[in-house]
Amino acid sequence: MKRLAIIRSFVLILTFTLVLAACGNNSNSNSANSGNKETPAASNAGTASEAPSEKPKDPVELLNVSYDPTRELYVKYNEAFSKYWKDKTGQEVTVKQSHGGSGAQARAVIDGLKADVVTLALGYDIDALVEPGLIKPDWQTKFEHNSAPYTSTIVFLVRKGNPKGINDWNDLIKDGVEVITPNPKTSGGARWNYLAAWGYALKQNGNDEAKAQEFVQQLYKHVPVLDSGARGATTTFVEKGIGDVLLAWENEAYLSVKELGPDKFDIVYPSLSILAEPPVAVVDKVADDRGTREVAEAYLQYLYSDEGQEIAAQNYYRPINETVAAKYKDQFKDLELITIDDFGGWKTAQEKHFNDGGIFDKIYTPGS
Amino acid sequence: MKGSKVKKSKNVLPGFGLSMGFTIAYLSLIVLIPLAGVFVKTTGLSWNEFWAIITNPRVIASYRISFTTSFFAALTNLVFGLLVAWVLVRYRFPGKKIIDSLVDMPFALPTAVAGIALTAIYAPNGWVGSLLEPLGLKVAYTQLGITIALIFIGIPFVVRTVQPVLQDFDKETEEAAVMLGAYRLRTFWKVILPELMPALLTGFALAFARGIGEYGSVVFISGNMPMRTEIAPLLIMTKLEQFDYKGATAIALVMLIISFLLLLLINFMQWRINRRTIAD
Amino acid sequence: MAGAVTAHLSQEASKRPKHITESAGVKWVLISIAILFLGLAVAMPLVSVFIEAFKKGFDVYKAAITDPDALSALRLTLLVALIAVPLNAVFGIAAAWAISKFRFKGKNLLITLIDLPFAVSPVISGMIYILLFGAQGFLGPWLDKHDIQIVFALPGIVLATIFVTVPFVARELIPLMQAQGVQEEEAAASLGAKGWQIFWRVTLPNIKWGLLYGIILSNARAMGEFGAVSVVSGHIRGETNTLPLHIEILYNEYQFSASFAVASLLVMLAVLTLLVKALFEWKTNQRASQEKLD
Repeated sequence: MKRLAIIRSFVLILTFTLVLAACGNNSNSNSANSGNKETPAASNAGTASEAPSEKPKDPVELLNVSYDPTRELYVKYNEAFSKYWKDKTGQEVTVKQSHGGSGAQARAVIDGLKADVVTLALGYDIDALVEPGLIKPDWQTKFEHNSAPYTSTIVFLVRKGNPKGINDWNDLIKDGVEVITPNPKTSGGARWNYLAAWGYALKQNGNDEAKAQEFVQQLYKHVPVLDSGARGATTTFVEKGIGDVLLAWENEAYLSVKELGPDKFDIVYPSLSILAEPPVAVVDKVADDRGTREVAEAYLQYLYSDEGQEIAAQNYYRPINETVAAKYKDQFKDLELITIDDFGGWKTAQEKHFNDGGIFDKIYTPGS
Repeated sequence: MKGSKVKKSKNVLPGFGLSMGFTIAYLSLIVLIPLAGVFVKTTGLSWNEFWAIITNPRVIASYRISFTTSFFAALTNLVFGLLVAWVLVRYRFPGKKIIDSLVDMPFALPTAVAGIALTAIYAPNGWVGSLLEPLGLKVAYTQLGITIALIFIGIPFVVRTVQPVLQDFDKETEEAAVMLGAYRLRTFWKVILPELMPALLTGFALAFARGIGEYGSVVFISGNMPMRTEIAPLLIMTKLEQFDYKGATAIALVMLIISFLLLLLINFMQWRINRRTIAD
Repeated sequence: MAGAVTAHLSQEASKRPKHITESAGVKWVLISIAILFLGLAVAMPLVSVFIEAFKKGFDVYKAAITDPDALSALRLTLLVALIAVPLNAVFGIAAAWAISKFRFKGKNLLITLIDLPFAVSPVISGMIYILLFGAQGFLGPWLDKHDIQIVFALPGIVLATIFVTVPFVARELIPLMQAQGVQEEEAAASLGAKGWQIFWRVTLPNIKWGLLYGIILSNARAMGEFGAVSVVSGHIRGETNTLPLHIEILYNEYQFSASFAVASLLVMLAVLTLLVKALFEWKTNQRASQEKLD
């Protein structure tokens, strides 16, 4: 009889699991349903654009998995794209957004977050999607300009009037200067910061790597707080009032000045910085499974249009379209920019500098 | 005598199979099988690799930081938690209900909010931080800051374990001590404290164990400096962000085992003490 | 933990003979220290949440808590708690029944396993479900084939929440039921009552306070969980963001006041449940004292 009871309770548990699984099915079947309905719609879309059909198409939903500083950009852009797509094809499209640290977001997609498109901070994080078969290895050739529709760079945000006289990288290691930058191990933006500093030191010291390492080590000795993400670092600098200079994305620097008071901060351009190219890609596996490839590709392609570029520029990303760039040239100062290729691409840079046991770990090892 | 009764009950009361079956099945599905995944994942590492990961200087430093800050936080909670429990059980004063409810708030407040709020208070430009700054005392972004966050997280564990025991405390024992001429303070040290010891230990260990694993509140106030204020859960997150699942699970496994042993020790100790009191 | 004992907290305290309590001076010093400590460690962060929330005025506050994303986060949070808490309550009762009414080997181990989620880092408790149900996980390929989404959807969030709140009800009931012993149930059984009858008529009335308290605590924790849910949520706006995650998002968007406004919402939900508990206690106390008078 006791055994019977045990069996009974197992059955109970089983039902509970099934109910849970059914929940999963449910929440998914919604999207799956819309996905199924989309398939004809999406495949129509190609023909529809040439010969508009009378029938209104079923609405479609995209999920754009992005990194932290693009929140404001994609709120505006999604609105614009929905309108454009509705006008062009008559189909309603809703774009859902997910933001977080670039690496964490890539990991979520690898672990099964059903992103139709990814728009991340660096190519390395999209490369990570290739191995599990989510994205084809040649993703970077799918869109113009290495699949980077906008660029940015690293600048200094200092307190109003620049009281510590910080004008270039070597000013950062002066006595009494505190630098705020996030942890390159957890933040994509922080890796650009680090590499820019490295590039500057290499140039100053005639490509002497030992000297460059020494410079970077000095620099991180001036960092009192190592936040885990770019936004966290901005908050530390801006809200908590810690540090004299924040190493930040150009767009983040402009945004914080705009959001938190132009009377409080100045932006300083160093003599040399790095060209950051945040890339975009369609997640092939998800887009094909859900039948959203057509609209997903159009979504990313439209970033290159005049309107897309305009929105990027308004959100302080450097447009690559020359006409739009010319219009905003006062906003984006020209400066010498090194690129990730100077470091042999992301894979090499990542292994050498940021992986466990890499140079960044060494500068924090005691005794060095 | 009590013992024999419990034994008899086995035959009289129904529902053992049902309740036991449900308990074990539920625990297995929700807790054990998922946790086993951590073990399985680490088997992908060779022993040497595993050892290299968990003895990396930064990892060791993070364990040390997690353990020392949790220890001091739990110790603080031990002293003040006992005091709060004592006051709540023994005295009558206005606002007692409010104080009593306040104890539960750290359970209820999302840890991230706690972290943000505490950082706002203790940052150099915050309410308390700005008072301490001239004294040369830095709280936010130091180990002291981590400890304060962990004190916040751990309070209810100590208070809520000590409170019921203190409540059920035998008046007679205390009275006997008084009749034998013991002073109040002496009664406390010699009679009350030893009786409370198991509950205090449980509360301490729960607060300690919770502190070791805490992430949400600490990450805002700690500053995350490698070797100085970087806690072990943050390193797990760091590894995950680098797509290093095995490294992450290796660190997690060590923490899991420590937590498990710690809890087992407390429960065993409690059981021993319970048995002794039954035997008496 | 506290158990139902708190229910008769107030009657007990007053009636201590003089010789086994402290002098008024010592008493008030101790009370002051306790209040000061709780004030500094707990009340101050809570108060700061409300002050920050209203810093930019009531309009910003209202806008923040009526924002569609905030409302959908609130709905999700309540839904998750609504699934997770009853399941854990049933589990807690079953576990406490088995552990307190019977003798068996490995009881300590079982109690330790129930405690384990208290001590597991929230980061780990999120990660384990990714390892199990994620696309690269043990069951990932099978789930994918059958088009079942667990992580980055409601089931994953529910599972992670259940995990972190498993011990609350059980931990509350075990010591209580152990202290109550088995006499009353045995008496009922000897009078011929059936299993469920014993439970509904005898056991449940005895443990209702502990049960309620456990439910309130696990509910509060379920609504406030951040670390574990953050790992399994996927952060899709308006879809898989719970209130704590929404707070983090607002904070990261430089909308500090708005983020504290939403946080204050959570605090108020917690306070509300505690108030309900206090009300119930007060009513039973009254009834109890009335019975005594009769």
